[in-house]
Amino acid sequence: MNDMSPTREERVEKLKGLGSSRKRVEDARFTQGKGNYVDDVKLPGMLHGDFVRSPYAHARVKSINIDAAMALPGVIAVLTAKDLEPLSLHWMPTLAGDKQMVLADGKVLFQGQEVAFVVAEDRYIAADACELVEVDYEELPVIVDPFEALESDTVLREDLEAGADGAHGPRKHHNHIFLWEEGEKEATEQVIDSAEVVAEEMVYYHRTHPCPLETCGSVASMDKVNGKLTLWGTFQAPHVVRTVASLLSGIEEHNIRVISPDIGGGFGNKVGVYPGYVCSIVASIVTGQPVKWIEDRMDNLMATAFARDYWMKGKISATKEGKITGLHCHVTADHGAFDACADPTKFPAGFFHICTGSYDIPVAYVGVDGVYTNKAPGGVAYRCSFRVTEAAYFIERMIEVLAMELNMDAAELRRINFIKKDQFPYQSALGWEFDSGDYHTAWDKALDAVDYAGLRKEQEERVAAFKRGETRKLLGIGLTHFTEIVGAGPVKNCDILGMGMFDSCEIRIHPTGSAVARLGTISQGQGHATTFAQILASETGIPADSITIEEGDTDTAPYGLGTYGSRSTPVAGAATAMAGRKIRAKAQMIAAYLLEVHDNDLEWDVDRFVVKGAPERFKTMAEIAYAAYNQAIPGVEPGLEAVSYYDPPNMTYPFGAYVCVMEIDVDTGEHEIRQFYALDDCGTRINPMVIEGQVHGGLTEALAIAMGQEIAYDKLGNVKTGTLMDFFLPTAWETPNYTTDFTETPSPHHPIGAKGVGESPNVGGVPAFSNAVHDAFRAFGLRQSHMPHDHWRIWKTANDLGLHG
Amino acid sequence: MIPPAFEYHRPQDVASAVQILAEQGDEARCLAGGHSLIPMMKLRMAAVEHLVDLQDIAEMQGITTESGTIRIGAMVTQHELITSDALASAAPIIREAALQIADPQVRYMGTVGGNVANGDPGNDMPGLMQALDATFHLHGPDGARDVAAREFFEAAYMTAREDEEILTAITFAPHAKGYAYEKQKRKIGDYATAAAAVLIEKDGMVAGNATVAMTNLSDTPVFSEAAGAALTGTSCDAHAMKAAIDAMLNDIDPTEDNRGPVEFKRHVAGVILSRAISRAWDRA
Repeated sequence: MNDMSPTREERVEKLKGLGSSRKRVEDARFTQGKGNYVDDVKLPGMLHGDFVRSPYAHARVKSINIDAAMALPGVIAVLTAKDLEPLSLHWMPTLAGDKQMVLADGKVLFQGQEVAFVVAEDRYIAADACELVEVDYEELPVIVDPFEALESDTVLREDLEAGADGAHGPRKHHNHIFLWEEGEKEATEQVIDSAEVVAEEMVYYHRTHPCPLETCGSVASMDKVNGKLTLWGTFQAPHVVRTVASLLSGIEEHNIRVISPDIGGGFGNKVGVYPGYVCSIVASIVTGQPVKWIEDRMDNLMATAFARDYWMKGKISATKEGKITGLHCHVTADHGAFDACADPTKFPAGFFHICTGSYDIPVAYVGVDGVYTNKAPGGVAYRCSFRVTEAAYFIERMIEVLAMELNMDAAELRRINFIKKDQFPYQSALGWEFDSGDYHTAWDKALDAVDYAGLRKEQEERVAAFKRGETRKLLGIGLTHFTEIVGAGPVKNCDILGMGMFDSCEIRIHPTGSAVARLGTISQGQGHATTFAQILASETGIPADSITIEEGDTDTAPYGLGTYGSRSTPVAGAATAMAGRKIRAKAQMIAAYLLEVHDNDLEWDVDRFVVKGAPERFKTMAEIAYAAYNQAIPGVEPGLEAVSYYDPPNMTYPFGAYVCVMEIDVDTGEHEIRQFYALDDCGTRINPMVIEGQVHGGLTEALAIAMGQEIAYDKLGNVKTGTLMDFFLPTAWETPNYTTDFTETPSPHHPIGAKGVGESPNVGGVPAFSNAVHDAFRAFGLRQSHMPHDHWRIWKTANDLGLHG
Repeated sequence: MIPPAFEYHRPQDVASAVQILAEQGDEARCLAGGHSLIPMMKLRMAAVEHLVDLQDIAEMQGITTESGTIRIGAMVTQHELITSDALASAAPIIREAALQIADPQVRYMGTVGGNVANGDPGNDMPGLMQALDATFHLHGPDGARDVAAREFFEAAYMTAREDEEILTAITFAPHAKGYAYEKQKRKIGDYATAAAAVLIEKDGMVAGNATVAMTNLSDTPVFSEAAGAALTGTSCDAHAMKAAIDAMLNDIDPTEDNRGPVEFKRHVAGVILSRAISRAWDRA
């Protein structure tokens, strides 16, 4: 007879499965400086690369003289477009169906563009040699404004055939990239034209940058003896990089090994393929030695993928009572010099058509015009899946503007327009099927938690006191109810460069009952090694502490599309659960054999199969694992392994209700965040502590974006915010306290009901902060002011409203 | 962000340091805390062939208060300014200002001498030293000389210090009872959008001697004698405050940058000065 101790509760606790606030297993090495990042890779004979970059935003490159640089002792090579052209690598395809220069081919199109790649024996010599490369430029007219670009005679992309279609259809002007439309244009216009109330506004979401603490970099090592290329890099999608590297280089895919080691933050910045990766590979092939390229902070801010830069012209209509009847949106999207957005192929504006938000809007239309300008290329999802932050900001601003138009409370306007719980699954006017939600419950909980009625009363008194001259501070109450769309995505409509956006997990259970699982994703700080082990613990009964999670090595991990857009838990997390269930199914057969009962006579209990009605007869997963390797079981193969490739049937739709209470000094433009309440519903909660950490991090990024962070250019296309002196990255000093809360509405189609949470706080946080600023000035008639709300812009708002006497 | 090669010197006394400067001419630069110089070198905006590190020079260290004079060695860090008990009682405005410079890591390295000698209009100490009417002690090949803080700053990064001279110490007298250093900045680690140093000595019921100096609102720190004079003999009421602000606005000449346009900076300068005056008057 089996020993009945430990108790069931003790076994559950030991498991550290779903719902456990298990401490992050990654942190021991990170907090002790024992992480292993790309720049920690050091190989014998390794060379170092650095770029000569363009000081101009638009110029013809008349000549490049490398003689002086080559003469510097220790310089091995200086690559220019001419050297890459015979390999057809002077240009490369972007993830958005466009192409982009690897090294300047005849002209440069943005400041910081890569012009030549210097390879030297050490990093210092490489930097010195960059100064010795003589480039003769002829300046051309610069366009930094997308509206001007569509009017200008200046042709930015001379490589594109005039009048020919782009990757997403017709181009109506030489600086136009695409027009992408969704919804019913005429029907929407008809509704808006005949509506009782219409609010119209231009909502600009400025250009910013994910600015991960670790910049981008790579180490390429071509072994000319065995023909194998090993590439370490800051890749959020290592398998896709392997496939692209194979297609571009002609090296067979099995001869390429891509390794993403520890990554110090990605936030979308590390999804794309950069010239530095290509140049380090070419340089290693040419020299036969490993070549490292690591960009510095200014390179990262100037030249790698930016985020946002969307001009969103909106019209929203409603009845006099505030029931929304239609939504119209036209976006002018500044994509910079090349269309290097990271979006699924079919969606050149990503999932922007989630812009109906949390509201039941009967008819809607969006049109997005992509435009070339003399700015850095990119357009990545900075901690959001594919333009969802832009969409959430747009609708949450339009709701506020409509509330002003209706002279109505913005919280109440949201409440009467929410999609109701019994409407899920809900078909949105722009084509999405929202899987689940309970918005009213979350909203009421949030408003109660902050004493919304009390705050409004205090605000009213404040405005009165301000008008009496007793205070110079205003109080803003920023509301947001966001609905996210994450977990890209179903292979039938989501792919990156033709690769379906499934993900994968492969599990091996060892004879002594511990396990290793490998996934197609790659953590950049999200804590996958902690949370995916928890999913497996609950599915297989093996304690999370006995499960190793590995990611990022394409030679060992199964194929996957990587980590961005909150897709890891919805997609790879599902694959993990499904693989775990395959393990358990086989384990059940083994247990039945060992216990000499029929499979159906067993039931699962935490970490073991128990004979129904005979609780003393059971086999633990550890016992079963051992048996899998040492017993000849009729009809059952030895070993205990499983693999699952998961193609999600739908996206998941996390949501949340945020309230920001902000004090604003109208004389200095300074702000103080008095309270920030964040309720997130991400479905089933795997690790509440990790969720809280994700929310704190995302809210702090949202604070930065809303209140100061931007990539700004002057009229000549010079980057004005190329260092951390001017690019705002909050420290603990600027960061307020956050109160986190939750409701739990599981996804009906996800194996464990989880939805993803990493990006929610950025998506919902930005409108909450921005709405607080706007709300503070609502009593004085402010409808719209553009982010970032830094001191002088807030001051300007107050000044324009006549609040400085 | 990698500097070109340079020679590194680490002299043990002022005389040796001065000798290196004299030998190398304008190819040599002194390194104090490095917070301005090292980024300039990394950006290759400063070409330094010889870097003269001053950290081992004992005579440039230490804070002393003797016979009514406070002496701060040029290599004293902002952290030491904050933690010095002697300064806290003799010149508390130093601590108040130093606490508003960047963050603790910066203040462990950043020095008072480097802060004033670089002539960067964004630095906080130059304006403060003008308010204190401090004296800067310079050592060069021809010996020592003193320059008043109010005479030291000529233009952005241009000072009365010659290339081969080293600023070794700062002296000043204990300051008035009423003091305040008020600073608006965008974030930690930023230079001031506007900052004001105000000292007010109370004379009976009204202000006696009052001094005002402003930071990052011109290409040098701005000692506004007229602003101080506008306060003398008043109870620092709204009328006097307005007169002081108007006087100060005549003396500053801000330029537009990422912190904002000129109009905004002038407005904020007035707000910051009024807050500094109020706090100083409360303490006077």
